[in-house]
Amino acid sequence: MSVTELRPRTPAEAALVSLAEAAGTDEDARSAAIEALRREGLPHRRIEAWHYTDLRNLIGRRLGKATGLDAPAGSACDDDVLSPLVAGSTVVDLEAPEDTSAPDGVTITASNDLADWHESPNHLDRPLDTVRLVNAAFGARVAKVAVAANTAVAAPIELRDGIGARPHAAVAATVGTASKAVFVERIEGGGSPAPASRVSHLTIGDGATVLWIIDQAKDSDAAYLGQLNVNIGANATFKLFVLNAGGSLVRQEVHAVTAGEGSEILMRGVNLLQKDQHVDVTTTLRHTFPHTTATETFRNVVTGGHGVFQGMIKVAKDAQKTDAKMACNTLLLSEDGDFSAKPELEIFADDVQCGHGATAGAINADHLFYLMSRGIPAPQAKALLVKAFVDEMVEELEVEAAIADALTGKIDAWLDHSH
Amino acid sequence: MLEIKNLHARVADEGTEILRGVNLTVQDGEVAAIMGPNGSGKSTLSYILAGRDDYEVTEGDIVYNGESILEMDPAERAASGVFLAFQYPLEIPGVATMTFLKTALNAQRKARGEAELMTPEFMRRVKTLAAELKIDAEMLKRPLNVGFSGGEKKRAEILQMALLEPKLCVMDETDSGLDIDALKIVSDGVNALRSEQRSFLVITHYQRLLDYIVPDKVHVLYKGRIIKSGDKDLALTLENEGYSQIIGEAA
Ligand SMILES: Nc1ncnc2c1ncn2[C@@H]1O[C@H](COP(=O)(O)OP(=O)(O)O)[C@@H](O)[C@H]1O
Ligand SMILES: [Mg+2]
Repeated sequence: MSVTELRPRTPAEAALVSLAEAAGTDEDARSAAIEALRREGLPHRRIEAWHYTDLRNLIGRRLGKATGLDAPAGSACDDDVLSPLVAGSTVVDLEAPEDTSAPDGVTITASNDLADWHESPNHLDRPLDTVRLVNAAFGARVAKVAVAANTAVAAPIELRDGIGARPHAAVAATVGTASKAVFVERIEGGGSPAPASRVSHLTIGDGATVLWIIDQAKDSDAAYLGQLNVNIGANATFKLFVLNAGGSLVRQEVHAVTAGEGSEILMRGVNLLQKDQHVDVTTTLRHTFPHTTATETFRNVVTGGHGVFQGMIKVAKDAQKTDAKMACNTLLLSEDGDFSAKPELEIFADDVQCGHGATAGAINADHLFYLMSRGIPAPQAKALLVKAFVDEMVEELEVEAAIADALTGKIDAWLDHSH
Repeated sequence: MLEIKNLHARVADEGTEILRGVNLTVQDGEVAAIMGPNGSGKSTLSYILAGRDDYEVTEGDIVYNGESILEMDPAERAASGVFLAFQYPLEIPGVATMTFLKTALNAQRKARGEAELMTPEFMRRVKTLAAELKIDAEMLKRPLNVGFSGGEKKRAEILQMALLEPKLCVMDETDSGLDIDALKIVSDGVNALRSEQRSFLVITHYQRLLDYIVPDKVHVLYKGRIIKSGDKDLALTLENEGYSQIIGEAA
């Protein structure tokens, strides 16, 4: 783990460093991050947190393919004409957050802060955090979104990359005591050679309720590194929905930690995978206070490509009466795809209820027969069952119809496209 | 309506022979009962009629309205009018009951070249049938069969049957799990569907159901063969004497 280790950089690592150097003019502020990227390079499969997503190798293949690296193919994506996921949302352009007309009780400001990459939140990475490092090296400035105490924000706050700008953004969101808010991370757009990145920090005050949606629908040539860090106050409710329905190389991390007793965590996600994709969802959930509950379920539909789920639940010694369940279920619709699931529990308290399970399989033949025996042709019956499998994740969120419909609409669009 | 000729079938992946030469004819408008002890192959026969591919037909044929259906998949058979009321209806999480019913009905109509049924008319039909079968409308808001009691599942099967208006209704132990009131409701539902153009294959273990759904013919299936056929009195004989007498005669 010596920081002076001198390994020759691979051509891809060297290329990534040059891309970072070329990304904007404020190189001084970013120099420490760029230097660390140059020094430490990218993680590879012998780094535990990146075992299934060998970033050095995958980015290597990507940058090896790309031509004209010094001219990032930053597709000026049609962000400006894109309607929000949920109609009526407050849309925040993360490149110019201060321009947002914020609703009452919400303050949105720009800052010069960079993501702090000096330590890893999951303790599995190297003595630095790769996603944040890339984010900082490419110069993402933290946009600050603050919801005051006792404020119910009616419309979702949708967080988007700047229009046609570099696809790196950072967010620090705070939700005050007993407030309510919905955030949507809208991750869209095309492939620059370097991976796009987004790092968010969410601090949920005591008794507050937050629904955070990650709607990742990158273009099929895009690489993306995302990280959400959540701190959940006493008696607060945190609901998360992750939808991965795009991208070529995707790593989405979620690191949540309780900051008081009685919090409730509900994490649901759907990963939709097709040929040529590599999609990794890595989560850590740390229970550090007594009487907190968490359920975490990811459902994956694989028609090709490689999927990864790593889920870690840690229960500290004092976190008695923790109730935490984690599941990862995969529907393999083709021999061409695969999915690796690695759920882990690390429990130091003795009076807890924790469990995890991972399943993978084809469509249930009995269910298929039942539907067909009522006259529903095989392709339609299969589509119904696949949709049922993932729609359940949306149902379990128990959110208002407009949000649930928007999410199932996104899922349906993918399913219609892939069948 | 239906002619089963020397039907031999085995479990597809392990080869155990279950049906060993079934011969059975069901006329248009006829209600035929199939009785037999547990393990005789009654459910297997019903699955094979519906087209389940876990079983492999090794010999013989199933002729339905003049044509062999062995090459048809379950959906094609359903569209042509074959319906199986399952002994153990499945719970399918995530599939809303109403969506399922509408998809099934319209898929069948489409396969037959008929126009799709519009939602209001569809809703009206489902509601009327549900009321007749004393099925709570709240139940229909749930995912298919999820959280239904055994009896509710059986009634839901009959609701599906009534809605889809099949020509050949195969009912596998619809009476099991029903109390006497539910049995009457279900039987009334079935009797209301009886017509010259519709035939029934009523599989049951007990004579009780046949007091309510009075059969034209009774067949006894044992070890994969029909060992005796008769009229409705055969069911009474079985009730009084048990299967051993008939099995002894046939051996
Ligand atoms: N899929 C299967 N695999 C193995 N054995 C089976 C299968 N289906 C039926 N059987 C066997 O075939 C016999 C007949 O079963 P079944 O048709 O369910 O009888 P019944 O409905 O008359 O009680 C039983 O011995 C049963 O165990
Ligand atoms: Mg049976």
